[in-house]
Amino acid sequence: MNKSWISPTVDQVGVEERVARFNTRSIKKESKMQGMLLALNMIDLTTLEGKDTAGKVKQMCYKALHLADDIEGLPTVAAVCVYSNHVKTAKKALQGSSVKIASVATAFPSGNSSRKIKLEDVKIAVTNGADEVDMVISRGEFLAGNYNFVFDEIAAIKEACGSARLKVILETGELSTLDNVRKASDIAIHAGADFIKTSTGKIQPAATMPVTLVMLQAIKDYYDETGIMIGMKPAGGISTSKQALQYLVMLYETLGEKWMTNEWFRFGASSLANDILLQLGKEKMGVYYSSDYISKD
Amino acid sequence: MSKSISKIKQVTKEKRQKSVKSPPTVAKRIASVSSESSVAKKTVGIFSSLAPAPESSDHIQLKSQYDLFINGKFVKPLSKIYYDTINPATGKKIASVAKGNEKDIDAAVKSANKAFESWSKTAPKERAKYIYRIARMIQERAREFAVIETMNGGKSIRESRDIDVPLAANHFFYYAGWADKLEYAFPNRNPKPIGVAGQIIPWNFPLLMAAWKLAPALATGNTVVLKPAESTPLTALKLAEIIQESGLPDGVVNIVTGFGDCGAALVNHPQINKIAFTGSTPVGKYIQKAIAGTNKKVTLELGGKAANIIFEDAPIDQAVEGIVNGIFFNQGHVCCAGSRLFIQENVAEKVIKKLKERMKTLIVGDPMDKNTDIGAVNSKEQLNKINHYIKLGQKEGAEIFQTDCAIPSNGFFCKPTLFIGTSQSHRIVQEEIFGPVLTIQTFRTIEEVIEKANNIPYGLSAGVWTDKGSKIFNLTTKLKAGVIWANTYNKFDPTSPFGGYKESGFGREGGVHGLLPYIKF
Repeated sequence: MNKSWISPTVDQVGVEERVARFNTRSIKKESKMQGMLLALNMIDLTTLEGKDTAGKVKQMCYKALHLADDIEGLPTVAAVCVYSNHVKTAKKALQGSSVKIASVATAFPSGNSSRKIKLEDVKIAVTNGADEVDMVISRGEFLAGNYNFVFDEIAAIKEACGSARLKVILETGELSTLDNVRKASDIAIHAGADFIKTSTGKIQPAATMPVTLVMLQAIKDYYDETGIMIGMKPAGGISTSKQALQYLVMLYETLGEKWMTNEWFRFGASSLANDILLQLGKEKMGVYYSSDYISKD
Repeated sequence: MSKSISKIKQVTKEKRQKSVKSPPTVAKRIASVSSESSVAKKTVGIFSSLAPAPESSDHIQLKSQYDLFINGKFVKPLSKIYYDTINPATGKKIASVAKGNEKDIDAAVKSANKAFESWSKTAPKERAKYIYRIARMIQERAREFAVIETMNGGKSIRESRDIDVPLAANHFFYYAGWADKLEYAFPNRNPKPIGVAGQIIPWNFPLLMAAWKLAPALATGNTVVLKPAESTPLTALKLAEIIQESGLPDGVVNIVTGFGDCGAALVNHPQINKIAFTGSTPVGKYIQKAIAGTNKKVTLELGGKAANIIFEDAPIDQAVEGIVNGIFFNQGHVCCAGSRLFIQENVAEKVIKKLKERMKTLIVGDPMDKNTDIGAVNSKEQLNKINHYIKLGQKEGAEIFQTDCAIPSNGFFCKPTLFIGTSQSHRIVQEEIFGPVLTIQTFRTIEEVIEKANNIPYGLSAGVWTDKGSKIFNLTTKLKAGVIWANTYNKFDPTSPFGGYKESGFGREGGVHGLLPYIKF
C-alpha cells in the first residue's frame, strides 16, 4: 500500500488554535481593499432553491456581471452556481462574459440516488453548457465505511464531466469529525476532484474555518507529493467581508500565493458579495451606505 | 485503504494529468481567466507584505523617571543613581530607573517585616479582596500593560496582549480565591504564612512572573520584596502604581529595581524567610550556596532544554504548529521552550519540510505591529549570546536553515533558525540558547527517544505528539521533566503547577502546589 494513502490524523484542538491565530491577523488599508476585491472575484454567486425560476436565475446572472456599476474597477464574480435545469438560462444570460457556470448535480443535496441517475444528472449539466460541476459525495456510504464506493463514484463522475471542472462537496456538517473530513478530502482528491468543497449550504454547520483548514492541508500534502494543484471552495455561512479576509489569510498562509486566484479558490455564497460592496462603498465614501443602495438580486 | 482504490487512483491520476496537460480547451480556459482577471494580477502579493497595523502607544502613561517602591511610597534610591531602560526594538531609551543597592534592600525588607505583623493577621477574606482588586485593575489597564511590556521587553504585542497580561490577571484572580480556603487546601494542618519573601524575577515575562510570585505570597499572608530584572522593570513599576492605588497596606509589597548586587543583597538579607527565584541555573546555584546553613526556604525555577517529541502517528500539521509555538514563542526566551526537537525518522523529512514552509509565513519585525509573530530579542547581550551559538552550530557542522525574512536594521533581532542533523554530542543541543534556535534530531524507537530526552542536566518541560493515548501516558511517567505537554506546547494556566527537575530547579508555582512554598505548618 502506498504510504501517502493513509490519511494523517487531525487534532481538533490544534486546528482550532491555528484558526484563532489566523484571526488575529490585522488586515488594514490597501491589504484590506485588495483582499476584498479578490474575495469578490472569487465568489460563486449561488441560488439553489426549490423555487428557482428562469426569472430568478436571469436576475442573478445580471448581478454577477454588474455588481455595482457606480463603483469603478470592480471585478465580476467568478461563477454562478445553479441547478442543472437552469444551466441553459444562465448560459444565455452570461454569454460573452468570463463568468463561469457551475451546476450542482448528482442528486444534490442528499446524494441519495442511483449511480445511473447521478451520471445522467451530470450529463445534463455538461450538455447544457456547465463549465463546472458541483457533486455531492455519498455521505451514508462514507460513514458506513464504504470508502471504495465513494471513491469509485467520484471517479465515474469525473469521467462524465469531460472537460468541465469537478467540485466535490464533502458536506462536512454531516461527517462529524475532522479526521473524517481529512479522509473524505483525500478520497475526493485522489479520485479526481479538481476542487473540494465543504458544503451544500443545506446542512448546518456549513463551511467553518477549522474544516476548511483541514481540507487545505489535504490539498497541500497532495501538491507536495504530486505537484498537482487542487482548488478549494468553502460554501455556506460566509457572509461578511471580515470572514472572507480571514479565509484568505488562512489560504495564503497554508497554500501560498499560487492559490490566491479564483482559478483555485472560491467562496460559495449568496450574501457575501453585498457585504463586500457595502465595505467597499464605505472605503469610497468614508461612511456606510444604507444597505438599500446595494441591489438584492 | 484497499487495493482496488489504489488501482483506480492510478488510473484517474493518469487521466487527470493527461487532461491537465493535453486538451487545449482547459489550458485556454486557464489562460483566458488570468488575462481577463486584472484583479487576480493586482492582488498577487497582498498578504506577503501586509499593510502595517501598529498598536498605538498614545494611551499609555510613562514617567521619565521611576523610583523604588518601598513602604507604599515611591522613594529615591539612596545612591541617587538611575539607569536607562531601553526599547530593544529600537535601542532607544524609554525612561530612567532607580538603581537600588544593599541599603535600599535593607529598607525594603524592614518595611516588609513590619507590615508582616498586621498583614499576616488580616482576615483571609480581606486579603482576598485586595488581590481581587489588583486583578481587576490589571484587566482594566490591560492595553496599557501590553504596550509597555512590548516596548520594554521586545515581545510582540500579540503575545503581550493575548497571553502575558490576561494570564497575569488570571493568576491574581486564582490565588485570591485560595486566600480564605487554605485550610481546605491543607486539611487539618493549620497552614501559616512564613514571613518576608524575597522574589527575583527574570526579563522574559516581566509582568507575568511578578504575578506568579506575588499572588500566592499575598494570598497566604506573606509580605514581599520583589526585584525585577534590570532590563525590564517598567511593567513591575506600573504594577507598583496599581498596588498603591488598590490600597494594599504599606510595606506588604515592595519593589526594588537594580542589578545583580541588588539581588544578592536580597538573597543575603537576614530578615528574609523565603527566596523565590526564576532565572538562570548559575545564579540558582549561587543562591543555594548563599543560603546554605540559614533557615531560608527556597524555590528555584531555572533553565531548560526541553525535548519536543514527534512520533510518526502524530497529527503532523498540528505538530508543526506546536514546534513553532514551542521554540519561537517570545523569541525563544522561554525557560520551557521546546528547543530540542526529536522527530521519528520515518516522518522526519516530511515534518522538516512542513516546518520550513511554516517558518516562511512568520513575520519578524516591529513588536508593536499587531501582525508581528516574532519581535525583538530582549537585549544586546542576549543577541550576542544567540549569535554565538548560531556560529557555534555552523562550526559544529550542523545544517543551518533560516528564512529570508527581512529584519529591521535597528534594534536587536534574530531570524528564526533551525539546525538540522544534530546529535546529543553537539554543544548547541546540550546548552540552553534562550533564543529562536531549534536543534533537530531523529530517533527510531520510544526507548531511544526517552533516553536522549533525559540525557541533559535540565528537566523543566517536554512535549509529546502522538495520536495514541497510551503512548502519552507511557512517556509522561518516564520523561524527567516537570511539565509535559501532549499534543500541544507552551500552555499555561494558573490552576496548573509549573516547575522543574534536576538543574531546572525545584518547587512548584501555580495551582494548589504553588501555595506550599509560602506556608509553614
